[in-house]
Amino acid sequence: MTNVLLIIFIISLLYVSIANRIITYVRVLALQGFILFGVTFLQLKDIQTWNLVLILLETIVFRAVAVPMFLAYLISRNKITRETEPYLPHFISLIIITMIVVITVLLANSIQDTHLDKIFFIVSLSTLFTGLYFIASRKKIITHVMGYLMIENGVFILSLAVGNEMPNLVNLGIMLDVFASVLILGIFLNKLGDVFKAVDVDQLSNLKDY
Amino acid sequence: MTGIYLIGAFVLAGLLIANRNAILNNLLIIIFGILQICFTIYACYNYRSSFLEYFTFDSLGLLLLMTLSIITIPALLHSYLYIRRHDETPQSRAIYFSALVFLITSISAAYLANHIAVIWIFTEMTTLSASMLIYHHRNKLALEGTWKYVFICAISITFVFIGILFLSLSLQHAGSDDLSFSNLMAYKDKLNPFWLRLAFLFIFTGFTAKLGLVPMYTAGIDAKDKAPAPAGALLASVLMNLGFVGIFRFYAIVAQTSLFHWANLIIFIAAVLSIFVATVYMTRVMNIKRMFAYSGIEHMGIVMLGIAAGGVGYYAAILHIILHAFVKSGLFFQFNQLYRTFQSKSIQHVGNYFKYNPAGAIVLLIGFISATAMPPSGMFVSEFLIFRSLFEGNYIILLIVVLLLLTIVIWAFGKNILKILFLPVPGLDESKIPAINPWESLTQYLLMFGAIWLGLNPPLIFVELIQDTVKILPV
Repeated sequence: MTNVLLIIFIISLLYVSIANRIITYVRVLALQGFILFGVTFLQLKDIQTWNLVLILLETIVFRAVAVPMFLAYLISRNKITRETEPYLPHFISLIIITMIVVITVLLANSIQDTHLDKIFFIVSLSTLFTGLYFIASRKKIITHVMGYLMIENGVFILSLAVGNEMPNLVNLGIMLDVFASVLILGIFLNKLGDVFKAVDVDQLSNLKDY
Repeated sequence: MTGIYLIGAFVLAGLLIANRNAILNNLLIIIFGILQICFTIYACYNYRSSFLEYFTFDSLGLLLLMTLSIITIPALLHSYLYIRRHDETPQSRAIYFSALVFLITSISAAYLANHIAVIWIFTEMTTLSASMLIYHHRNKLALEGTWKYVFICAISITFVFIGILFLSLSLQHAGSDDLSFSNLMAYKDKLNPFWLRLAFLFIFTGFTAKLGLVPMYTAGIDAKDKAPAPAGALLASVLMNLGFVGIFRFYAIVAQTSLFHWANLIIFIAAVLSIFVATVYMTRVMNIKRMFAYSGIEHMGIVMLGIAAGGVGYYAAILHIILHAFVKSGLFFQFNQLYRTFQSKSIQHVGNYFKYNPAGAIVLLIGFISATAMPPSGMFVSEFLIFRSLFEGNYIILLIVVLLLLTIVIWAFGKNILKILFLPVPGLDESKIPAINPWESLTQYLLMFGAIWLGLNPPLIFVELIQDTVKILPV
């Protein structure tokens, strides 16, 4: 079951790569939140109950509901246009993300390790690189933020892989998530929307050496 | 005492942000200054002891904590002058000082932490407080700088976290789950090299955002440019040391394993690229604050060269990073007076500073001599020792490349500083130039001469502390 969920997670990455509208990204992030909820529930068995409840609450409330809702609110409030505006065509994005997944699978197969479930490694590493690719290849700042949130999801999956032995690391990952999301989304994306009318990265090039 | 310090400082930060009264504000800042000094003295008397399980007063932490506390006093003083002059609203003053106290406390705690996750938490806190300082002016450019800083720091902090996860995988092979540095050192032979390699790559890359090396150096430059100069002084000196602490403590463990030479190679690549990048930008840069920031990138590159070269380089690197903190913070404190004189950050609109503020001009001159490591500055000694370690390690070609790049840096830095000091600006309205009180430069003199004294004639206890820091590294 865990494997099925994680494979759906990878498919969601491929789906995002050809998505045309920003709201699709938001929906996929919500879906990923629900998947993480399921994976956490199935994976973390040797953990104290209250800690498990905390982690589950974080995934369902924060990742699956609150953050996507807030993103949708930001999009409508700042009148961000629907297009994702990639620098590259969707087809090339799809190829690149497929390549990322294939390479991480090959990399994972070269590892001889009994302590790690390989699928966690594959999913988290491909999510990490996909997120970085989204940050590099999309024009709008809000898509950069979504790329970052995707990286967070990938890191969370990796922390679940060691979660039974070191539950504190999962808690740290949650702290990182809450901290970064609140800082990035709450304060500055709000401000950026007020100050820069259309939130494009092109407008963030005024800091110069001369 | 560590608990009292942390709770006390955070309470002070909370009071500062809630308070709108000017006198009470100053009183709270003075209390924080006293608390910081008392804590440092307490740390000196409790050398090598551990507190609250996650903090140890070890030699590296102690050295950098003393550096931080020495720089804190002028930073608070100049912040006070800065805020008073700019007629700030009580609200923006409250946020500024609260963020400053929060930043200094987080840095102190991160220096002393003996657990990699605790360092990580406090590094996160420094991002939060530094972003408040960068956003101080609340205009479009400050927002851009803050956004870039927050975003890049968030990605780097995620990288460090991934590194910690890989490290935990590596440690599971040794049958342990305690990520404190002493435990990692105890299990150093059993760590899985594959995961350790990945862990080092991610943790190193993550901490370069704070240290100011390639690849994540960019955010720090904008941050030091947009933050008010007294806060910029902290970002350009003690916050960079925090990145160094994060990398050094983990490197000390990796150096004991079979990955020692591979890790050195990574550090060499990052260090030489940093010096190269700094050189390229130094020749083009027209913004004085950014010029100082790029000079910081170059110095961090030199420090990491010393670490990777080994031998006498270890000692020199620690010495260099401390001296750099003194000199660079002094230059940033002086920048404020320079800005008040000319009302411009651009080198084109600044010149003949000796005529308007001789006391400050001499600070700039000494700072220039120190930052380019010319004798008799203290940094000459440390830089010379780093070059010697490169020579003794048979990195001759690398040494030649670095020396050539540094020559270009000296030329670019010298060209700009000498213009600021001596060349008159055509069409400057002299009647608008305010008189600067020479006493404001006193703190910078103390910092500069402190750096020279520590470099040329270091006290025995200081040398012993550095040697104690580097003795865990292989010869």
